[in-house]
Amino acid sequence: MNYGPIIFLAAFLALATSWFGMVLKPTEQLGTMQQTNTVPGGALYPLGRPGLARQGAEIYRANGCAYCHSQQVGQEGSLARLVLSDLGTNQAAALRAVSAAAELSESDSRQLGSGLPRDLFTTRDKERADAAAKAINGAGAKATVWVVPIGPDETWGWGKRRSVAEDYLYEAPPMPGVLRVGPDLANVGVRLPDPNWHLRHLYAPNAVVPKSPMPPYRFLFEKRRLKGQRSPEALAVPVETGYEVIPTADARALVAYVLSLRQDEPLFDAPFTAPEPAPASTNAPGTTATNATTSATATNGPAAATAANPPAKQ
Amino acid sequence: MTPSVPQPVSPELPVPGAFSTAEIDVSCRLPLFILFISAAIWAVIASVFGLISSIKFHDPNLLADCAWLTYGRVRPVYLNSMLYGFCVQGGLGVGLWMLARLGATRLSHPGLILIGAALWNLGLTLGIGGILAGESTGIPLLEMPRVAPVLMFVGYLVIGVWAVVTFHHRRQRWLYASQWFFFAALFWFAWVYSTANLLLLIYPVRGITQSIIGWWYAANLQVVWFGLTGLGTILYFVPRLTGRELHSHHLSLLTFWMITLFGCWTGIPYQAPVPSWLPVSSRIATVFLIFPLLSFGLNLRQTMEARASNFFSGLALPFFGAAAAGFFSATILRTGGGLLDETGLLALSWFTPAVEHLQFYAFFAMTVFGGVYVILPQLTGLQFHSPRMVKLHFWLAVIGIALLTISLAVGGIVQASRMRTQSGDFMRVVQGMLMFLRVATIGDLLLAAGHVVFAINVIGLVSRFARAEAVEAIEAATEDLYATGAKS
Repeated sequence: MNYGPIIFLAAFLALATSWFGMVLKPTEQLGTMQQTNTVPGGALYPLGRPGLARQGAEIYRANGCAYCHSQQVGQEGSLARLVLSDLGTNQAAALRAVSAAAELSESDSRQLGSGLPRDLFTTRDKERADAAAKAINGAGAKATVWVVPIGPDETWGWGKRRSVAEDYLYEAPPMPGVLRVGPDLANVGVRLPDPNWHLRHLYAPNAVVPKSPMPPYRFLFEKRRLKGQRSPEALAVPVETGYEVIPTADARALVAYVLSLRQDEPLFDAPFTAPEPAPASTNAPGTTATNATTSATATNGPAAATAANPPAKQ
Repeated sequence: MTPSVPQPVSPELPVPGAFSTAEIDVSCRLPLFILFISAAIWAVIASVFGLISSIKFHDPNLLADCAWLTYGRVRPVYLNSMLYGFCVQGGLGVGLWMLARLGATRLSHPGLILIGAALWNLGLTLGIGGILAGESTGIPLLEMPRVAPVLMFVGYLVIGVWAVVTFHHRRQRWLYASQWFFFAALFWFAWVYSTANLLLLIYPVRGITQSIIGWWYAANLQVVWFGLTGLGTILYFVPRLTGRELHSHHLSLLTFWMITLFGCWTGIPYQAPVPSWLPVSSRIATVFLIFPLLSFGLNLRQTMEARASNFFSGLALPFFGAAAAGFFSATILRTGGGLLDETGLLALSWFTPAVEHLQFYAFFAMTVFGGVYVILPQLTGLQFHSPRMVKLHFWLAVIGIALLTISLAVGGIVQASRMRTQSGDFMRVVQGMLMFLRVATIGDLLLAAGHVVFAINVIGLVSRFARAEAVEAIEAATEDLYATGAKS
């Protein structure tokens, strides 16, 4: 008997499953994706790039920057950070609730009144933090749970949260990258916002980052003989006397693109709590000196804050 | 299958009405010469670009003033010319010969296959030029700008259609496992390549879906196409060259089903910014790749009577032994990486290029080398001028790819663990990689030398054959002259 056609059909189906699963289904699920809203905030996200940055994406693509730089941030999980911001009017009840919820020792809870807002504890168990926040808020005080994504990429400072599909909505093509020869660029616009730094770095990476193995992109710059006055566009890089280095339109576009790389909005899919701006003045009792320390703790990262206040065991 | 039917475990069973091997080889001659010579030339071109990209890590200033030769253009040119110029093209040549020989039939329309090969090479040349000129599409392994993949696809279809017709006209009705492998691969590449190019270049889908399709395509090219074609080639040539019977037809079919079922689902990196069911299913599929590894390994082990030394005889057989080793290490590293990479750092480290090189070079390219070294003497009726040159090529390729992949794999693991445990100055992690990259450059250098030797071997043999044919043809044409000259 001839099994050929049956075998062919079976192999065809086996292979076709992946086409349905990995081409058709994602196209259905993600292909019709629209702009989303930031949570909290409700602003539209992502926004399209300005024209110059869009031209820069072409330079980035043409020169294969993505072979050394990824644009995707990973995340291992999140910490829930319970922050007490206000004790309310019934301070005694609030203090009792706080020390019960945060399992604080006697001496710790006595200091609670000063130096607000302050971290109570940081945990992987979000439900515990939520329950504690609920108990504290029930007693008239004010505590909020911060979501702090963690992972190696966050430790390197490459992003505040993981990358999600929404981040690439307007990328054509998206260039999440294959290999990290150099650092991730998903948030480079946040991390290194100075266009001149990027221009100098592109012209001579070694001069800006010592020992960098990144090749120089001198072909994006024009080295020309100095005619009279130095051009205001000239780059502050070491160059032979009598010459100046002018970035071409391509270099400017590329830098505009690089600066437009930012995935720093909290989304429903990838939540994180952005530190709120430090309160200008609080009505909590205390001197101006304590106010200054307060805002310092509030704007510091979780590591600094928890170092000052040892958190309960995770 | 009914028990009365013998398992087709021998590549060549006698069959009534079969064409003689000489007739088959004559029909294959011209297209296979062209496919193999172009493959050899592309391999040399690829390794030149591979070397340039590798040396740039030693001296970033090398060729830095030329936009055409910047790292981000040279690197994809290297991979594209290696994969499409050498691997796919050489694999097609070997596969066509297997189809003809196993089917005991002549290759259908060799002239049209020649046109297909010409279109493939024309498209590839334009595509490589496009990448160098800065027209890259930016999607890994699909960088060639739009006109190139269209030409290549048409060329592939032309070759594929006549391969299917050859298969259809086979005189030997019993199917040997290799025919399944190559036939499925032939068909599947047309599907994935057209899907990927349609949805990425011609009617591009939105956002990250492009990357998903790109990853799906890359995995299907490397795991499924190379897996099926390469394993089919090994299953055909090893019994043939050793005069043994394949241990089990059923085990080889198990290998086939496992690759078609699971191989096509691999490829989405674990931390990819996509809905999590995609990387999870990819990860599960990657773990299941252990089954084709086991079934193929067992089959080969039993066929060779569990002796690795049995691979060291003749010129071509060692290539297949090395290819099998390459397949094992590629699959083990791929599966291990899929299982252990909790953070996705390994997938973005040098570990990934190491696994890819194991798959397409240590495994697949080696089967093509072996196949060419068997097929060319059959087509020409000549032996290689110097068997030492073939052995030299073997050792250059084996040592080169071992240096390259071991250093990159170890480097990748070191890189991922440093990125996990260290923090602060990323430049220290980058600097720590340079030592591994330097060892890899030595590997690249050996591979490049190997490709030159391979090209000399292939072109030397074909030109010796062509010269003999030409002399014969001239003699035949001038026979009358001599005869009349003698008379007068």
